[in-house]
Amino acid sequence: MHELSIAEGIIDIIHQHVTQERLHDVRSVRVKVGTFSGVVPDSLEFSYQAITSGTTLERSFLMFDRIPFVIQCMECQQESVSEDGITLCPVCNSVNTKIISGKELQVKDIELEDVQQENL
Amino acid sequence: MSVLTIERKVLEKNDDLARRNREMFAKNDLFVINLVSSPGSGKTSVLEQTLKYFGSSLRIAIIEGDVQTDLDAQRIAKFNVPVVQIVTNGGCHLEAKLVNDALSGFDLSNVDLLVIENVGNLVCPANYDLGEAMKVVIVSTTEGDDKPLKYPGMFHHSSVLIVNKIDLVPYVNSNPEVIKKNAQQINPRLKIFETSCTTNKGIPEWCEWLRSQTKKRAV
Repeated sequence: MHELSIAEGIIDIIHQHVTQERLHDVRSVRVKVGTFSGVVPDSLEFSYQAITSGTTLERSFLMFDRIPFVIQCMECQQESVSEDGITLCPVCNSVNTKIISGKELQVKDIELEDVQQENL
Repeated sequence: MSVLTIERKVLEKNDDLARRNREMFAKNDLFVINLVSSPGSGKTSVLEQTLKYFGSSLRIAIIEGDVQTDLDAQRIAKFNVPVVQIVTNGGCHLEAKLVNDALSGFDLSNVDLLVIENVGNLVCPANYDLGEAMKVVIVSTTEGDDKPLKYPGMFHHSSVLIVNKIDLVPYVNSNPEVIKKNAQQINPRLKIFETSCTTNKGIPEWCEWLRSQTKKRAV
């Protein structure tokens, strides 16, 4: 369950980019998760909800951009999506491949509700 | 609604601390491995055999990571090498900060090789750089041939595979050649050793390779 410490990392990043008085305006936090990042999005969302509950971030939630695990063969140049983490080229069977994507674990953006203008 | 674009790595804090650890290791000409496996694959046993093999011919220090107890540190302390036990109290992996804190327990200038024995877990430790030169993953023959395919992340992040408990092959439904083939499908660059901590098979080869890496670093 390392998703808990990853959720704490996300909250740290939010705190670095959003001022204290605007934390309660945070709605969605978009996270790029590679299929080979070792992170389970459902567990991450569960952990995030558990530790933001009762805080200024409690109305916020995570959204995920799932990035496929893509390898490129250095022999036949073919790009392939690997569903199971295998890095052999499925076209020519070469072991000489390079990982193009799928290891990402990044906060992409934070969506904030606009501040209501009061008593104008 | 307004959107703040961020694009920041979630684990950047750990990665920064790992970089600092790595700088400290380089400054002290220290070769550092991060030993990972499932619980019970034989990380501590391989370490014991390694310490026995080297005796005083290599200056080795050990960081032990466990969820609870200092039982592993007690086993290692019998070899009269510097050892620090990290107890994670439930944490499923070591992080760079925990290692950094543990480093204050050593005189790094008098160490050639530092082994960090991670918490037994084939999933979470893969994500956390500790500043090591490489991860060494152990799979024992009793775990079955399919482990590399079921836990590809760890094999992908490792540079060395040790297939341990090779003496038990006649008694278990497992084929080391299949373990190796499966691991190489995930990571064809893996350097592979086969060991038994009971018969000592493969321990000299593993240790001499380790020594060559350590020397390379010191030269």
